[in-house]
Amino acid sequence: MSHAAHAEAGHQTSMGLDSRKMAFWAFIGSECLLFATLISTYLIYKGKSLEGPFPHEILNIPFTSFSTFDLLMSSLWMVLALAAVQRNDMKWAKVWLMGTAIGGLIFLGGQVWEFSHFVEHGLTLQKNMFGTTFFVLTGTHGAHVAVGVLWLLTLWVRAMQGKLTAKNAMTVEITGLYWHFVDVIWIIIFTVVYLIQ
Amino acid sequence: MHKHQRLIQRLLPGLLLVALAACAGPFPQTTLQPKSDLGFAIDHLFTGIFGWAVGVFVVVEGLLLYALIRFRARPGAPAPKPTHGHTALEITWTLAPVLILVMVAVPTIRTIFQTQAPAPADALKVQVIAHQWWWEYRYPDLGVVTANELHLPVGKTVGLDMTSNDVIHSFWVPAIAAKRDVVPGHVNHIVFRPDTIGMYMGQCAEFCGDSHANMRLRVFVESDSAFNAWVANQKAGPVEPAPNSLAATGKADFQHGACIACHTIQGVSAGVIGPNLTHLASRTTIAGATFPEDSLDLALWVNHAPQRKPGAVMMDMNLKPADLQAIVAYLMSLK
Amino acid sequence: MTEPTGLKSWLTTVDHKRIGKLYFWTAFCFFLVGGIEALLIRSQLAQPNSHIVDAQTYNELFTMHGTTMIFLALMPLSVAFFNFIVPLQIGARDVAFPRLNAFSYWVFLLGGIFMNLSWFVGPLFHAGRLSVAPNGGWFGYANLTERQYSIGPNIDFWLLGLQILGVSSLAGGFNFIITILNLRAPGMKMMRLPVFSWMTLVTSFLLITAFPVITVALVFLMFDRNFGTHFYQVSAGGDPVLWQHLFWLFGHPEVYILILPAMGVISEVLPTFSGKPLFGYTVVVYSGILIAFMGWGVWSHHMFSVGLGPIADAVFSSTTMLIAIPTGVKIFNWIATLWGGQIRFDTPLLFAVGFIAMFIIGGLSGVTHASPPADLQQTDTYYVVAHIHYVLFGGTVLGLFAGMYYWWPKMTGRLLNETLGKIHFWLMLIGMNVAFFPMHFIGLLGMPRRVYTYSPDLGVSTMNLVSTVGAFLIAVAMLVFIWNVIRTRTAGKVAGDNPWHGATLEWAMSSPPPVYNFAQIPTVHSRLPLWNEPESVMQKAPTGPIHVPDGSWWPMVAAVGLPLMAGALIAHALWLAFVGAAILIFGIFKWGFEPFEV
Repeated sequence: MSHAAHAEAGHQTSMGLDSRKMAFWAFIGSECLLFATLISTYLIYKGKSLEGPFPHEILNIPFTSFSTFDLLMSSLWMVLALAAVQRNDMKWAKVWLMGTAIGGLIFLGGQVWEFSHFVEHGLTLQKNMFGTTFFVLTGTHGAHVAVGVLWLLTLWVRAMQGKLTAKNAMTVEITGLYWHFVDVIWIIIFTVVYLIQ
Repeated sequence: MHKHQRLIQRLLPGLLLVALAACAGPFPQTTLQPKSDLGFAIDHLFTGIFGWAVGVFVVVEGLLLYALIRFRARPGAPAPKPTHGHTALEITWTLAPVLILVMVAVPTIRTIFQTQAPAPADALKVQVIAHQWWWEYRYPDLGVVTANELHLPVGKTVGLDMTSNDVIHSFWVPAIAAKRDVVPGHVNHIVFRPDTIGMYMGQCAEFCGDSHANMRLRVFVESDSAFNAWVANQKAGPVEPAPNSLAATGKADFQHGACIACHTIQGVSAGVIGPNLTHLASRTTIAGATFPEDSLDLALWVNHAPQRKPGAVMMDMNLKPADLQAIVAYLMSLK
Repeated sequence: MTEPTGLKSWLTTVDHKRIGKLYFWTAFCFFLVGGIEALLIRSQLAQPNSHIVDAQTYNELFTMHGTTMIFLALMPLSVAFFNFIVPLQIGARDVAFPRLNAFSYWVFLLGGIFMNLSWFVGPLFHAGRLSVAPNGGWFGYANLTERQYSIGPNIDFWLLGLQILGVSSLAGGFNFIITILNLRAPGMKMMRLPVFSWMTLVTSFLLITAFPVITVALVFLMFDRNFGTHFYQVSAGGDPVLWQHLFWLFGHPEVYILILPAMGVISEVLPTFSGKPLFGYTVVVYSGILIAFMGWGVWSHHMFSVGLGPIADAVFSSTTMLIAIPTGVKIFNWIATLWGGQIRFDTPLLFAVGFIAMFIIGGLSGVTHASPPADLQQTDTYYVVAHIHYVLFGGTVLGLFAGMYYWWPKMTGRLLNETLGKIHFWLMLIGMNVAFFPMHFIGLLGMPRRVYTYSPDLGVSTMNLVSTVGAFLIAVAMLVFIWNVIRTRTAGKVAGDNPWHGATLEWAMSSPPPVYNFAQIPTVHSRLPLWNEPESVMQKAPTGPIHVPDGSWWPMVAAVGLPLMAGALIAHALWLAFVGAAILIFGIFKWGFEPFEV
């Protein structure tokens, strides 16, 4: 990937950690505040819709459980992808990177199907407080997944071009951090929105 | 030194004059002359805190000033001692503010609970509904609906139940009711007992759009008899204009004009967008207590409301002079 | 090693010193814009029932004055110093992510321009007037800001502009956290960091945690206004008070973002001009950290009149009073620094002392606000306007001027003129007190905030006139400063490496520094290296070539995408959003894949 040689390559860092990794953890901290605000708003307005459809009428737990499982699995593929890159096994790196991306795409596809189903049954952004808070929260998360898929596909293309090697392990590790974070956020959303009603 | 002294000597009379002009008063909307139990409680608390603030100010600024004078660099003086800290001193100057703040916090919390207690059962209930840019008052137990000017009996506890019809406003009558925001979808309360007969001015204190500055109000605290007389008058139907008078023409114009879409005059029209006008002429002001209630201001208001109050929902009526005169005569007759 | 010159070198710069200067000049221009807005406001209020500006323009003026001063002037002025000074103070050659740094600047510039375009594009929206500038107050309370009550694009300019600026602040926050934690010179332990760098670190943590909250709040408003959601809409069960909670959850940490850098500046200036170390360094640092944490627990003290109930009021009153303690302690530490010193009354010191004197007043009026019942008479009146200007003007602005006079020689190689500096200081100090002290009385005598006019019956006309005179005095002081800056370019006294005999590492090399900052990265053994171990840290000529990264176009290119995406929403042009997104993504990809060595 880029030859952005940050403080760790050849220079020592004060904390002994890679600057890019540190920056990414700071970013994740910031994103936690973002999602905390969205989730809190969802909880504040829970039960405040003046008219339906209401969550218990429309949420499909089995279906969403499947897409949750899919996202969880994709985190596993991501771990395997990183391990492959670290041992310079670019053949398997490509497989697992694409696998993770596909896992993300399946999740997104599931959301598209689920949301159009909701709209058909009258739940839109504008319909009630549930629609407003649900779609903005899950939509924001979905946008994060989409960015992650784009990122993974970029890495996959670089790998196909022979430009991704073990030297780029830090980049892939950070990709993994992002992907796992997005996954954890989904676990929280799934629990708060779908499981606890 | 002399140059500055002379300059100050010349400026001083001018500065004193300005200070005198500024401090002359009267100050009809002051927060510093409370006339209700709520007002007194707040003023008492503020005076106490202010006293501490002045004390801290004098001490700390004094220390700063002293340090600056005493420790000016002097040529040939020895290098300063590189002190890095002093534990006993630091503990003292951490604990001292804590103690002062406790002296502020305790009366504060006491006053919070004292002033936010719910209204007693026998309090006079008034519903306040804020609109852009006027105040609607309803006395549910008395059957009175009016606008902008609130009448209250002296020495009786009042419970205001307030909500907004549109955006967030804030009901503020400094002398007697302090302030509370008026929020759509919420009902907020102020409970207070005005203790002195008089007229008190107030204003909306939450930015609410173009004419926020023009959303004013008046409260008339009066004797029991005066209040009851006012209530009786407000409950009664509107004054009938004398037949064939200009006011009678005005009433006919009113009934056939756009006015009825927005205003209520008991028995005449039932609009609810603008203030109830049944006893408009019993009020001392119009248009959110912004202008005096007289023919000239009424005429200007009726015909050119948006110019008088930017953003006013009431459009220019653009009445011909004769029609305008008639309508104003009618409105001025609604005592 | 010669530095490149010319426009391209500035557009592609990734050098923290140049980016610092870009931030400085841009922010300074916005400061003047905000100042003119203030003068127009004060002109209108000098007399009751004035017609200098109409009500709509007035509402735009006070909205933009607040928004400009906070987001386009004071914060970026602080960032200008973060940029120029922090790498020097910690012994680094640049920040951790130089291109991200450039990106932050370009996004700031473009966001500021985007928001201010609204002054001129009224005709494009058939507004019937020239300007459609934001007009809902800098705090934009819902539901006044909903489409129903704010029909035109004014609020959209506001919420989109702030989202763009948020990206800039977030990027900068991440950059400085990593820089300060990870790029310190050998021996520069955290408790040897200069206080200014410490405050930069704390401020950066506040930035990356507070901005996500307001971003979400703004996104909610954007969706309500443009996509029919109900976050703040009463009719569907929403609550406008949610906006206030979210805004102030951001807003209170924001005021610490505004004050901590200036506190950092004076924590450097006072020791230098007293000739002795900062008194209680550890406590000053820890109180800064404590203030940042506690700042998250006080937000509803901005909402004491909203009717949250006595328990909420009591809790937030208590937390607010608690936060006064670390703040007060800092003041005592600063006075103790002066105590026993050999105080040199150069201009930086004057401004630092001015900060303390004025901040005490602002802090004390803040304590009166901390009591909810008392605050019920103060909130939303000119009393609060007095408070905020004592802490933000008397505090932040005076503190930043201390920094300007202090670090001007390091940044430019020349000292600002002392006589003009003193005139500037006294005019500004007197001007601000004449402008803002009467506001305490004006508020307590019954004049609310955010009013385009007031009744002559209130009795506050003369006080308003006096306040206006003070505002114009401040303007004169600014002219003196501008003249000083112009004059210094050619006639300013040449500064050496360390004209003030400062103690920290930024004084160890030439003024201005060479492009690579340090010929030899020093190893430090104390908090005050230039006082305690000057021979080992003073810079000598480099012994070999030092790599300096090339510039890059991509941060600027990527930045351009953001205002285009924002413009798409206002112009209702979906294609423009795609163009903007494409430019952003293209810029990021090129940035990610270009060869770049720090």
